[in-house]
Amino acid sequence: MSLSPVEGVALAEIESGTDPVGPAAKGVVGRSPGQLAWLRLRRDRTAVVSGVLLIFFLLLGLSAPLIEMAYGIGPREQFQNMLDGFGMPLGYAGGVSGEHWFGLEPNLGRDIFIRLIYGLRTSLFIAFAAALITATIGIVLGALAGYLGGWLDAVINWITDLTLAMPFLIIALALTPTITLRFYGERGQVSSAFGVGVLIAVFAIFGWTSTARLVRGQVIALREREFVEAARASGAGLGHMLFRQLLPNIWAPILVSFSLAVPQFITSEAALSFIGVGLSDETPSFGRMIYDSLDFLQTDPAYVFFPGIMIFALVFAFNLFGDALRDALDPKSSR
Amino acid sequence: MTDEPLLRVRGLSKHFPVRQGLRATGLVRAVDGLDFDVRPGETLGLVGESGCGKTTTGRMLVRLLEPTSGSIEFDGRDITHAGRRELRPLRQELQIIFQDPYASLNPRHTVGRIVAMPLQVNGIKPPGGIKARVQELLELVGLNPEHYNRYPHEFSGGQRQRIGIARALALRPKLIVADEPVSALDVSIQAQVVNLLRDLQRELGLAFVFIAHDLAVVRHFCQRVAVMYLGRIVEIGDRADIYERPQHPYTRALLSAIPDVTQLGPAGRIRLTGDVPTPLDPPSGCRFRTRCWKAQDICATEEPALIPRDGGSQATACHFPEGEAARTSPEGEADSTSPEAAESTAQVVEEVPS
Repeated sequence: MSLSPVEGVALAEIESGTDPVGPAAKGVVGRSPGQLAWLRLRRDRTAVVSGVLLIFFLLLGLSAPLIEMAYGIGPREQFQNMLDGFGMPLGYAGGVSGEHWFGLEPNLGRDIFIRLIYGLRTSLFIAFAAALITATIGIVLGALAGYLGGWLDAVINWITDLTLAMPFLIIALALTPTITLRFYGERGQVSSAFGVGVLIAVFAIFGWTSTARLVRGQVIALREREFVEAARASGAGLGHMLFRQLLPNIWAPILVSFSLAVPQFITSEAALSFIGVGLSDETPSFGRMIYDSLDFLQTDPAYVFFPGIMIFALVFAFNLFGDALRDALDPKSSR
Repeated sequence: MTDEPLLRVRGLSKHFPVRQGLRATGLVRAVDGLDFDVRPGETLGLVGESGCGKTTTGRMLVRLLEPTSGSIEFDGRDITHAGRRELRPLRQELQIIFQDPYASLNPRHTVGRIVAMPLQVNGIKPPGGIKARVQELLELVGLNPEHYNRYPHEFSGGQRQRIGIARALALRPKLIVADEPVSALDVSIQAQVVNLLRDLQRELGLAFVFIAHDLAVVRHFCQRVAVMYLGRIVEIGDRADIYERPQHPYTRALLSAIPDVTQLGPAGRIRLTGDVPTPLDPPSGCRFRTRCWKAQDICATEEPALIPRDGGSQATACHFPEGEAARTSPEGEADSTSPEAAESTAQVVEEVPS
């Protein structure tokens, strides 16, 4: 196996750069494929910029309560006194001021900045939870189908096809209100945690198929390799085969599909909230905010602008990072 | 060396069904009725051209493939259809070395993990710890034990094959199936690895089933040699017998293809005409008859049994073995080891212009 030029450069650089111990230690420095990928990732400017941006977003989302404390305004606080007679925020650009950085919502007069921070938190939580669950289901089903084959493979494939054949949007539209009704009745106050849970569940039910297919294909490609047979000849069991021998070799595509699934779930959540089956108005979320802001597209464009630019930046950063990750993990693949 | 065989194979067959849609339309007889024994500490070479079933046999011996019929007895126990749990203790005594050192090591594991894998899988805790044992093994196969934490991609082909050998040795096996262990390596490295295997065989008293298509390597390494053709053993015997007194025409043709062991006089190389018949529909009677220059009517009707000749350990599956040609051949063909006979053979076969 020949090292790619990038790999060679990376190796040479790291061995000359981070080797103050001297040549004695140099002899036994081994770099795992993961470490090499990390080195390649660090050399990729797009990856670094988008990665830093993602970490910034993650920190923002995670520290939302701290920001609320520092900012001094809660996501449900209303500032009716800052609105004019028609319910529009006073001042320029939707009421942007030193106190309300991104202005106020028309009618309710809630602060847009803190709602965006909490919306970020909601979006990231839903997207990550859904991506984790779908990845887990997909990995387990795909690996089992690929490695064991036979009737199990046929059954799992059949379920995958069935899931793919179901129209996601229609079922989400039908399912979400029905489940909510079933649990809370006509007048019950729907808790925001429940809405988030239902969304994650809907994503989990529909989202695992692509990961399962990906993993199945990779496992089939690997299963006849001789190192797998060597483990089998040593008497390794199913668990060892799947999790020790096979999975470490397919982390790369799984990681890439994970990092590309997250932005997809962010937009899906926004889309569902937008068409009104997602989260309730109580829970701050990007989709809901954009939906609400559309009525004020002409009168208060700043209300549309901030959540729009936020979701755009978030998804864009995720996609760029996912692509860069793929390049780093698999330098031989072409886009 | 005791006479009780370590490995006893009887009538071993592997047939692969060929499917078109759901219907089975044919049967590839990859391996069709093998009989051989391997005694403790002995090296048996399994030679033959591509597609003759050598590798399939090796995989069946370590039970990576399920035999269609026949039996494999290891150390007195029948392991033909043993389940994974029953096989566990046997796995430790029966290991395999693979052909391709680039595919046989998990690229995501360190060398230490690769070599320790058989120990961990079988829950063995060697005295002094797994790491010490792995480093001992690495040293045994001529690698630097400090390379414990390195990854396979940092090693050359020969070094990788040494890692594969260390892994096979980890459980202190009695028998190692070596599936073309050197054919993927550079010629200069081949000798090193074969010599390593021979040293290990002598030091540890290992028995080997050495699968190869390189006759020179087999001659160097194996005490006994079995020649396979189209899923069957056509000749088996001691190295000296096979290389110096081949009795089966196929063995002769095979040997004549290597320049440095040719003892066939001026006739030189025997070139077989035609291709190997498909194992989907092997020829009736003797499988070699379609390409054999000695074929008679009996060869098409009656399958020659693998019978010992000359009262020795050499067994040949041929109606007209070379050594007895003068006695059994209806035409009264002369002894083929003499130059004249070789010349007469060469008239029947094609002569290779050199």
